[in-house]
Amino acid sequence: MTSPATESGSARRPSAMGRVLRNQMRNIAPFATLIVLLVFFAVASPSFASLDNASNILTQISVTGIIAVGLTFVILCAEIDLSVAAIANATGILVAYLTLQESYVNIPNVPLPGWAAILVSLIACAALGVVNAFGVTRIGIPSFIMTLAMMQIGAGICALLVRGQIAYAVPDLVTTLGSGSIGGVPWLVIVLAVFLLAGHLVLTYTRFGRYVFMVGGNREAAEYSGVNVKLIIGSVMVISAVCSGVAGMLGVAHFGSAQQNEFDSYLLDAIAAVVVGGTSLFGGRGGIGNTIVGLCVLGVLNNGLDHIQIDSFLKILIRGLILLAALVINVYAQRLREETAAG
Amino acid sequence: MATADAPPLLELTGISKSFGGVAALRDVDFTLRAGEIHGLVGENGAGKSTLMKIIAGVHSDFDGRMAIDGSEVRFRSARDALAAGIGMVHQELSIVPDLSVAENVYLGHQPVNRAGLIDWPAMMEGARAQLKSLGIDVDPGERIGSLPIGLQQLIELARVLFSGARIVILDEPTSALSPPEVQILFEVLRRLRASGRGIIFISHFLDDILSISDTVTIFRNGRRVVTHATQGIDKGWVIERMIGGGHEELEESYVGAISLHSRPDAPVVLSARGLTLGRAFADVSLDVRAGEVLGIYGFMGCGQLELARALFGKVHASSGTLAIGGETRRLANTTDAKRRGIAFVPESRRAMLFHHEPVFKNVSIAVLDRISRLFVRPAEERAIAKGHVDSLNIRPGSVDIPLGSLSGGNQQKVALAKWLTHPPKVLVLSEPTRGMDVGAKDDVVQIVRALRDRGMGVVVVSTEPETVLSLADRILVMKKGRIVREFASETISKDRLLEAA
Repeated sequence: MTSPATESGSARRPSAMGRVLRNQMRNIAPFATLIVLLVFFAVASPSFASLDNASNILTQISVTGIIAVGLTFVILCAEIDLSVAAIANATGILVAYLTLQESYVNIPNVPLPGWAAILVSLIACAALGVVNAFGVTRIGIPSFIMTLAMMQIGAGICALLVRGQIAYAVPDLVTTLGSGSIGGVPWLVIVLAVFLLAGHLVLTYTRFGRYVFMVGGNREAAEYSGVNVKLIIGSVMVISAVCSGVAGMLGVAHFGSAQQNEFDSYLLDAIAAVVVGGTSLFGGRGGIGNTIVGLCVLGVLNNGLDHIQIDSFLKILIRGLILLAALVINVYAQRLREETAAG
Repeated sequence: MATADAPPLLELTGISKSFGGVAALRDVDFTLRAGEIHGLVGENGAGKSTLMKIIAGVHSDFDGRMAIDGSEVRFRSARDALAAGIGMVHQELSIVPDLSVAENVYLGHQPVNRAGLIDWPAMMEGARAQLKSLGIDVDPGERIGSLPIGLQQLIELARVLFSGARIVILDEPTSALSPPEVQILFEVLRRLRASGRGIIFISHFLDDILSISDTVTIFRNGRRVVTHATQGIDKGWVIERMIGGGHEELEESYVGAISLHSRPDAPVVLSARGLTLGRAFADVSLDVRAGEVLGIYGFMGCGQLELARALFGKVHASSGTLAIGGETRRLANTTDAKRRGIAFVPESRRAMLFHHEPVFKNVSIAVLDRISRLFVRPAEERAIAKGHVDSLNIRPGSVDIPLGSLSGGNQQKVALAKWLTHPPKVLVLSEPTRGMDVGAKDDVVQIVRALRDRGMGVVVVSTEPETVLSLADRILVMKKGRIVREFASETISKDRLLEAA
């Protein structure tokens, strides 16, 4: 029996370059996807590659982006929050509910001064996050199920507050941040940038951020190192809820109305942005940088598909396929890392 | 035994294998005859596992030739090896705890009836008969997870045999077993030998190897040192060839008696009174003294792992009290325990370390709350880690490489290092030297002694008598969740320790 085993053995040994590529797969793949999409749409549609459209894309991803910042923390901890869109919706409706509406709006609302309405709304979304945190860490409900219940609770709060009606007015500050602009730059984009930056700084440079990565990387080891794992997981659930709440308030101002089911598509978009960006679904790997790339991929895709002649019903399917491809890469990248570490 | 001119059941000649330029096996010959129990000994890293993985088809890429019944084979996968009649029982059992005994025996090839459904009566009967032929009397309908570990192992062995294995590799089969269970296993192995199967028995427990095997092969540094009939050799002879000289202290802990030096007048830093936790342990009372190493010895599953976790606030005893420095209190969680000056290194390095993270983050994680209020300070973390890496002789010396690229012994040192920056009052170590080579073991012993001499109270929990004997100043023996014996300030040998458990 002849055996080529020894030759192929040395040939198969990955070079240093190959090793770096394998390790960085989760960062490179999303970025490459973004470049490919940009080139494709720029060639396919003359109206795509313009400064105006770039600004459009940024505005379009802003609400998703603010939610995605909080969700990045949760996914880095190897947990999930399915209630982000529902909490956004509920908080957006609540802030409108606490604002004096025009007389034709038939909602028995409770007008408060603008700052009070905002404060109460922020406390409310944080409280929903605390409920999530309590369920996951104290009672021990898997976050997938706990936040699924919270999703329904959020929808219920929305329904009770607006009773099928639509509210329009929100506090001035919210209106400005959600739909105003300064020097041609929408405030919404600035708020997104602030959230992304803050998220990045917290994750990269603070002790809490380090704990988030370590808890996601190996929860048991974190606990054996004396890290208060439940506190960290609880905290990320609250952070996620507060980010969602802010996104919800600004989203209501951006859309110009507060109503039920307004944010339904944002759950999938926010999760997709985080995961497409390359943050590991198994926790411990990724970060805000990845989420930014993920948001851009999603934003360019959504916007670009509007610029080219394509069946609008096909768009939905294409988005689904892109998400699937990202999931495949995400899991595959994890496996590559493990093989490299083992070998 | 087979006649001399019949080809051996398994024959390997001139096997060499290297990983990334490092030779794991160098020109190794190995022969297994039908009806033979062949013991394989050597320190960790000596090449035993690599050779077994080659036999079991895990490594298909090696130099040399392998023959079964005289005809050359080359396996491309573990499945090939299985098809050729080679079965392996790993130290970590691969049973499915929530399935029944019968389902586990038939895992992967359940009998089906005409309708294509699982034929339960046939499966139950088949499993019962199969186990009976090995001398195991157990209800095949029982959930396997609720059986003792020794029985689970025998059932796994039954499964391997059931799949048609003629060559059975047992990796550390006795490490989790109590002496009576070991005897039952040996009884089964003798039956298999009589039926003409070839058995490879890998173990660190030399007594077990010497009492069951017909032939012993000793490995050192990737080479086969010697193959010898078991009759007429003793433990000292084996150890000498395994270690290759120059390790008198550890050799003494292997065979000889040691004298304990407890410090009954030292202050008590941690004490437990009547700790009880479900089925794990009951009515455990103990005192940990400053500057003393307290060894807790017991067989696998005697509750010592849970006890260690209870001392660190990872699990909560259902009754009993803990006092730290004389103050009675309940540990809310591991963070609380750490704040109170208790540190813990669990038996599994995987459960303790972050394999993808660099060494310095693995070290600093336990002290982040002390060195940074809000922002992390990587420069200081690196400096702290570098200090430990140098003083503990961790190799390679870089603190920026991923932890996973270190060897097991060095990883264990990192696990210890994380608690040394701000030394705790009490350090609880579970199996601190398990799976380490002699040199690394020796390093750990030195580190622990140094910590003790600085006044730390150390608890060493282990199922390996050598570990406890080489480290402890006072020894508690646990049996079925209770402390049954204390050895202090006396001379003790391994036999007396084993006897007590």
